[in-house]
Amino acid sequence: MAGATTAGRARASSTSSGNFKRLLASPGQIALAFGIALFLLLFLVVPVGTVIYVAFTEKGTGEFTLVNFLDFARTDLFIRSFWNSVYVSAMSVVVASVFALPLAYITTRFEFRGAMLIQTLGFLPLIMPPFVGAVAMLLLFGRNGSVNLLLDDWLGIKIPFMEGLNGVIFVQAVHYFPFILINLSAALRNIDRAMEEAAQNLGSSGFRLFRRIVFPLAMPGYIAGASLVFVKVFDDLATPLLLNVKDMLAPQAYLRVTSIGIADPMGYVISVVLICMSILAMWISARAMRGKDYATVQRGGGGLAKRRMRPWESAVAYGAVLLILFLVLAPHLGLLLLSFATVWSFSPLPDAYTLAHYGRVFGESFVYVKNTMIYASIAGLIDVVLGTAIAYLVLRTKLIGREWLDWAATAALAIPGVVLGIGYLRTFYGVQLPDGTPLAALWIMIVLALAIRRLPYALRACYAALQQISVSLEEAAENLGATKLRTIRRIVLPLMGGGILAGFVTSFATAAVELSATLMLVQSNSDAPLAYGLYVFMQSPAGRGPGAALGVIAVLLVAVCTFASHLIIERSQKAKAVGR
Amino acid sequence: MNQPFPITSLETKAVDVDIRNVDLSYGANHVLKGINLHIRPGEFFAFLGPSGCGKTTLLRLIAGFNEADGGEVLVGGRDVAHLPPWKRDVGMVFQSYALWPHMTVKRNVAFGLEERKVPKAEIDRRVAAALELVGLAHLADRRPSQLSGGQQQRVAVARTIAIEPKVLLLDEPLSNLDAKMRVQVRRELRDLQQRLGLTTIFVTHDQEEANTICDRIAVMNDGIVQQVGTPMELYEKPANLFVANFLGTANILPGRVIRVGGERFFDIDGGVRLPIPTHVIVPDEAKLVFRPQHASLGRGGTGDVLLPGTVVHSEFLGSTLRYGVKIGAAEVSIDTPFHSGEALRQPGSAVEIGLSLRSALWLAA
Repeated sequence: MAGATTAGRARASSTSSGNFKRLLASPGQIALAFGIALFLLLFLVVPVGTVIYVAFTEKGTGEFTLVNFLDFARTDLFIRSFWNSVYVSAMSVVVASVFALPLAYITTRFEFRGAMLIQTLGFLPLIMPPFVGAVAMLLLFGRNGSVNLLLDDWLGIKIPFMEGLNGVIFVQAVHYFPFILINLSAALRNIDRAMEEAAQNLGSSGFRLFRRIVFPLAMPGYIAGASLVFVKVFDDLATPLLLNVKDMLAPQAYLRVTSIGIADPMGYVISVVLICMSILAMWISARAMRGKDYATVQRGGGGLAKRRMRPWESAVAYGAVLLILFLVLAPHLGLLLLSFATVWSFSPLPDAYTLAHYGRVFGESFVYVKNTMIYASIAGLIDVVLGTAIAYLVLRTKLIGREWLDWAATAALAIPGVVLGIGYLRTFYGVQLPDGTPLAALWIMIVLALAIRRLPYALRACYAALQQISVSLEEAAENLGATKLRTIRRIVLPLMGGGILAGFVTSFATAAVELSATLMLVQSNSDAPLAYGLYVFMQSPAGRGPGAALGVIAVLLVAVCTFASHLIIERSQKAKAVGR
Repeated sequence: MNQPFPITSLETKAVDVDIRNVDLSYGANHVLKGINLHIRPGEFFAFLGPSGCGKTTLLRLIAGFNEADGGEVLVGGRDVAHLPPWKRDVGMVFQSYALWPHMTVKRNVAFGLEERKVPKAEIDRRVAAALELVGLAHLADRRPSQLSGGQQQRVAVARTIAIEPKVLLLDEPLSNLDAKMRVQVRRELRDLQQRLGLTTIFVTHDQEEANTICDRIAVMNDGIVQQVGTPMELYEKPANLFVANFLGTANILPGRVIRVGGERFFDIDGGVRLPIPTHVIVPDEAKLVFRPQHASLGRGGTGDVLLPGTVVHSEFLGSTLRYGVKIGAAEVSIDTPFHSGEALRQPGSAVEIGLSLRSALWLAA
């Protein structure tokens, strides 16, 4: 409706004077904006709105009430779950920081052989769903896992790495620490060498220099990473479930809706709490970062100064790095062993090895892989199309309300997967196709949920890519006779290519291993993606072998795609650099 | 810090900087080749040269951010070559200013004093004095990002002089300012340096900057000090073609020295011959060098020699007219004062050029 009036005014203004220039937009752009708005409305705003609406209304009558929230506050289980979630999230941040800080600092501030390798290996945990690692971690670090068996043999002690909430914290920290590593490394790299040199010149050195200059300047990057970890852990559903920890918030939301029913308001109340916590964490991080754009590398500036380490320093550094790498890569190692193991129980290593699990996976479970490829590809495609379109509308047109598209798409960040899943169920279960199947049961709903969940990341990638293109390049094309549309096709899109591809890969890779929303929406095994199949396999001891094999395939799949796109991006950037 | 004195009447004894046989290579890249320089106490000294000539490398070497492969750097007679940057007491103002964005102006300026464990009250006093000195006392509680480029530059200076360094190093301090600010700030810098009497080294690629504020200049190219002297010496008596070319516009006429009987002549390539005055020392392989204003169209002074030439192009520069004139095979620029109503000579017209040989130089090719 608002769009229609905008369109009318825009057309009128194009003939009148410059007073209305702000409203200028071509009909095509308005239609595009309209389409995007409709998509976001249908698949993000309405489902989430429904969840909030249900949480605040009385069951049956539909009247406004706070009774549901009172019930939540009066139920011990929920309050305990809430504090457990807060505790686990906070501790995951702490443990993840312990992993990430040394790696980031050593690889960015020192001449360290293998720095690139470490930065790359640091990404590995991200391309595997955390719950997959959880099983491998149980086998390695559990009460009767490899490490504790060895410790018991040698020292007569056992360390409860994986007991109860510890297990969730450990698994999540190992899985999500790359977020802190990436952000912190970037922040450290962005500190201009002159910042440090100025301090040295004024008499500062060593740890004081780090504490007073380097650390404060890197702080915004750290907070950005830490808040992301907090939110992710708070929202994660599958890891606690798989480790049999039920008294946390996200699992409770899932369990209420799946066991008591879609009409029970408690699931919705928990969903609202989850959303609020996400927003709170993001708000805190935004507040902490406000006015602190410390990227201080200046033109002509030398970037960071890398120092050569003294022999004992480098011994300590290599020791620390290797230990951390072992910890964070443990899930992958464990998974690999498990996928080849016949029996692996009460022993540091499997009893014998077999290829049978892979045989089984390629035989009967290949449908999961196929589904995942299809779902993640479509979701990635939707994301880059929407991301590019929104970025273009925001950065290159004067359409009023265009920022709202950006905000709406970005708001998906604050919506936990389980909430979106519940929202889709509630919203689309009532809507039926002519043959009677509810809309919510269609596999395309899984794709849409994945697309919405990943849209903010793809959008940022597209946004950044477009921002780097000087408007004058487009003006030059228009000046030489290309229309807006031709300019986009021949100038903008080719130049954005790398960024768009990066956006696609991020969406694809993370969608391929996403489970929170999917868990709610999968109706039959034949429609299930990989992550769901993994989850099903991992729940039974007999399924762990094939599950691990499937997990290895998932990791390889994502790794190969990421690596390939990395190559393509690098090549295209090189080609462009020559053009300049 | 037993005898605190107000920074505005800083009486630290100015020290000299002595650079002896300094050599530096990055791999196969020989950046500094046997540099010898003596910077006198209280002098405003410039390292001038094109980018990549090694001037910034040399400055950073004095501050301790590079280590020489060989040679000595003496500050006030003490060899600092093996001291880390934080023990040198050599204040540096960075090209990018390097103000820490997470600290206010006051905290930035206080930093060096805090590192030196100066008592709190003393810090407050000296920070206030330093900011007063650069005229920014009223902005003490701002963040660097809230200041203009010129203000940031002055904070960077205040931060450095607050520690009362023995030597002040300025790394292209004007390059991030717009043209108008540049003129103002360079005067302020000169003024400040004079008041503090601080030995100051200034790195720049801009000859005008160096000429206007420095006592002496070391012109550098390709890792070698080409010539050291006052701005006027360098302009009037450049030691080689590089210096002649780098400071101001120079006409360079290639040719050969010929001896006919007892007299020497210079054959300009393309067939023009002129006599070489008896007292002038000319190397065998030489080029004739003169400034555009040292020649005129037609005879300018009594001692001038006349050379035939052809006008190639002409430019009106306001107070002067600049002609491009072809002499033999070479083209030279000649400035003549502009007189109201005067018409430009058209390209192609033949002219006679009066060249004052007293102002001209023969430099080794």
